[in-house]
Amino acid sequence: MDARAALVRPTEHGLWCEAGGFHIDPCRPVDRALITHAHADHARPGSRHYLGAADGRALLRRRLGGDARVEGIGWGEHRRIGDVSVSFHPAGHVLGSAQVRIEHRGEVWVVSGDYKRDPDPTCRAFEPVRCDTFVTEATFALPAYVWPPARDVAADILGWWRANRDAGRPSVLFCYALGKAQRVLAELARLTDDAVYAHGAIVPLARLYRQAGVAMLPIESVDLRRRRAWDGELVIAPPGAAGTPWMRRFRGALTGFCSGWMRVRGNRRRRGYDRGFVLSDHADWPGLLATVRDTGAPRVLAMHGRDDALVRYLREQGLDAQSLATAFTGERPDATAPPG
Amino acid sequence: MRAFAALYDALDTTTSTSAKVAALAAHLRDAPAADAAWAVHLLAGGRLSRVAAPSELRDWLYRHAPWPEWLVEETAAAVGDTAETIALLMSAQPSAPDGGDDEDAADASLGLAAWIEQRLLPLRDCTRETREATVTHWWRSLDAERCFLVNKLMTGGLRVGVSRALVARAVAEVSGLDRAVVQHRMMGRWTPGAAAWHALVAPGDADADRSRPYPFFLASPLAAEESPADRLGDRRDWLAEWKWDGIRAQLVRRDGRTWLWTRGEELVTDRYPEVADAAATLPDGTVLDGELLAWDADGVMAFASLQRRIGRRRVSARLLAEVPVRLLAYDLLERHGTDLRNEPLAVRRRALETLLDAAPDALGVSPLLAAPDWPALAVARDDARARRVEGLMLKRVGSPYRVGRVRGDWWKWKLAPLTLDVVMLYAQPGRGRRANLYTDYTFGVRDGTALVPIAKAYSGLSNDEITRLDRWIRAHTTERFGPVRAVDAVQVFELAFEGIARSSRHKSGLALRFPRVVRRREDLGPDDADTLADARALLAGADEG
Repeated sequence: MDARAALVRPTEHGLWCEAGGFHIDPCRPVDRALITHAHADHARPGSRHYLGAADGRALLRRRLGGDARVEGIGWGEHRRIGDVSVSFHPAGHVLGSAQVRIEHRGEVWVVSGDYKRDPDPTCRAFEPVRCDTFVTEATFALPAYVWPPARDVAADILGWWRANRDAGRPSVLFCYALGKAQRVLAELARLTDDAVYAHGAIVPLARLYRQAGVAMLPIESVDLRRRRAWDGELVIAPPGAAGTPWMRRFRGALTGFCSGWMRVRGNRRRRGYDRGFVLSDHADWPGLLATVRDTGAPRVLAMHGRDDALVRYLREQGLDAQSLATAFTGERPDATAPPG
Repeated sequence: MRAFAALYDALDTTTSTSAKVAALAAHLRDAPAADAAWAVHLLAGGRLSRVAAPSELRDWLYRHAPWPEWLVEETAAAVGDTAETIALLMSAQPSAPDGGDDEDAADASLGLAAWIEQRLLPLRDCTRETREATVTHWWRSLDAERCFLVNKLMTGGLRVGVSRALVARAVAEVSGLDRAVVQHRMMGRWTPGAAAWHALVAPGDADADRSRPYPFFLASPLAAEESPADRLGDRRDWLAEWKWDGIRAQLVRRDGRTWLWTRGEELVTDRYPEVADAAATLPDGTVLDGELLAWDADGVMAFASLQRRIGRRRVSARLLAEVPVRLLAYDLLERHGTDLRNEPLAVRRRALETLLDAAPDALGVSPLLAAPDWPALAVARDDARARRVEGLMLKRVGSPYRVGRVRGDWWKWKLAPLTLDVVMLYAQPGRGRRANLYTDYTFGVRDGTALVPIAKAYSGLSNDEITRLDRWIRAHTTERFGPVRAVDAVQVFELAFEGIARSSRHKSGLALRFPRVVRRREDLGPDDADTLADARALLAGADEG
């Protein structure tokens, strides 16, 4: 690809839009940053000015620190930045997660950020946006990754918790603190009213979700609880808490992990969880293919995870697809598995 | 089948041993006898002799999956298990709890034994075309759980984190028998079926299978650098022998017949006719525990020689002459039909020496080392490699012959392994719990300016190190060959191995025995790695000595 013609290209600071003079999800401090969502690998502190979807502004502020200049923008609202027109569209990944649409002299690019197509009661559903070039994530771009309906997974979680309760044991469910934890609490709220205990990292984020009007199970902070017995309780904790001294209080606990990676048995066994629940905030393989179709984009640039597999498959289907990193530099990106 | 699938799921979704035993016991209590027998057989590691080869399943998957072959291959590499890949790509979507067509309902009510005996085993005699059509039909009509399980049954090996000992515990719980009795009854020949289950849980010891070996007693490792003086106390309380590098085996002589069992409970009597012939001189009611070794006029031969005999069912006269095998016994478990396992080792040992005093050459007694104290034994151990043994065995004089790996009475005190500093050349994802992680590495040594592959090795690194390395590999891939990645040849690792031999099958002309990664040498660059000449020099000290 001719790099000069590219509206967005990767640099050492992250995705750069020269015509607009801004970065998207920069990995180092920049002057002007457009942020797709508040996960730590997309929203990093230190930049001068941030722009994100209004729905996610509170989360962004919490992530970036109180003195960061964070501006929110409504869904679909057009904003002139430099030489381009920019708008944000729901990505369905977590609360306030957005795709960024960039229009420059009649050419339209969409940067998907992380996204999913499955229904999620905690955020606006993904909205397909017609474009000429679609920059897509590819975290789970292999046909083995097909998600079961989240409602069924929630029912499985509840069944697991009940069975553990009957056996007089605590259940500790590991979920990413931002997004997954709230989605689980919202899905469970359709099935039960029982209170759940949460790790201290999850409580303030859940509060922001509640303020945004998301209905979830009531939660109590584990750290504020006096009682010592945890038998029969469900505790939601970030995966980083696994194996730490914090866990010791949950004597005899059974552990579960909610992630798309749990679709593969070996991943669960390696991490030593008792149960894996297949629940992902990323698009599964059918979701990726459907989305590429829905955008109508003749050209697709893939990034993250299995971009190699998605690109090769799309090319065989006759699309102009490239890996974002190799499209510009001829090198492979570091394909470290991001949070699933 | 559905009940067994539920058991599998229960075993697979807990890491707690007591929960596993409870789930197993509950299943065995409720299951029809034939289903229980098959469950015990499969969970204890038994296999159906190949209904379909893994390579056939892969071929059929490539042909029937709705994706291009390369994508199926990439997926299989990420999943790390053929049976699971098939279930994920081919089966009806996540199991519909009820419903399905009539045939599906019939499948659901079919028990494990019926599934195996009426469906899987008869398939062995069918043509490849019929097998392909039948199996791929199952893939499409079974839910993911049963599709996975049927694939696992066909290719053998359930691998669900259940050991033989754990199954024995559950059977003991169900039957009220002693665990050691159950473990003994699970040894040897086992034809799953209702009768086998009833015999396994029957009270008393009537109708015992005469061919049955005893459960093996296994030694625990003593670190190479550890001093036995601190750990084991008085030298006089211990017998010391060489740790032979052969095949652990039990020789059973009863009712005028001979059975030779390996530790993997494979019956190999016919493969070692010289040993079987010699055993005919033993009195009935004799069971020996020892090591099968290739042994010529000069004494024990390299393990590589024994390997020529291991796979051969029919042995040519020429091979018999070139690689004679003998059983070197180190324990006597039964004499005149009496179980001696609770006698002290010293008593068993004396009885063994008396028994084999005039035995043919193919039956010998593993000699004791006379070295009077620990330092003298340590000196003797240093001689191990030249003697083609792995080190020393230390056994407590007064110990009984126990069941399984019980620490305290039997120790293996191996020689420190050989090592080389090698460069990582290729990596590929592991299988099972290491799926999707680059854990299988190919290493090379320097040869002039080039690097020659010398060994593949898997483990040896901590999980954190593996994860870090996985990240590094993904970021430093220079080329991809399917699931294999060539990486920048800059990382040096210390590789340990038990032996080294010439090999025409390897590019380097050398084959390492049990290579494993000891540590990453971040202090070394690729120019500091060892050379092919360094590796060849090790030959002199080892098998060519």
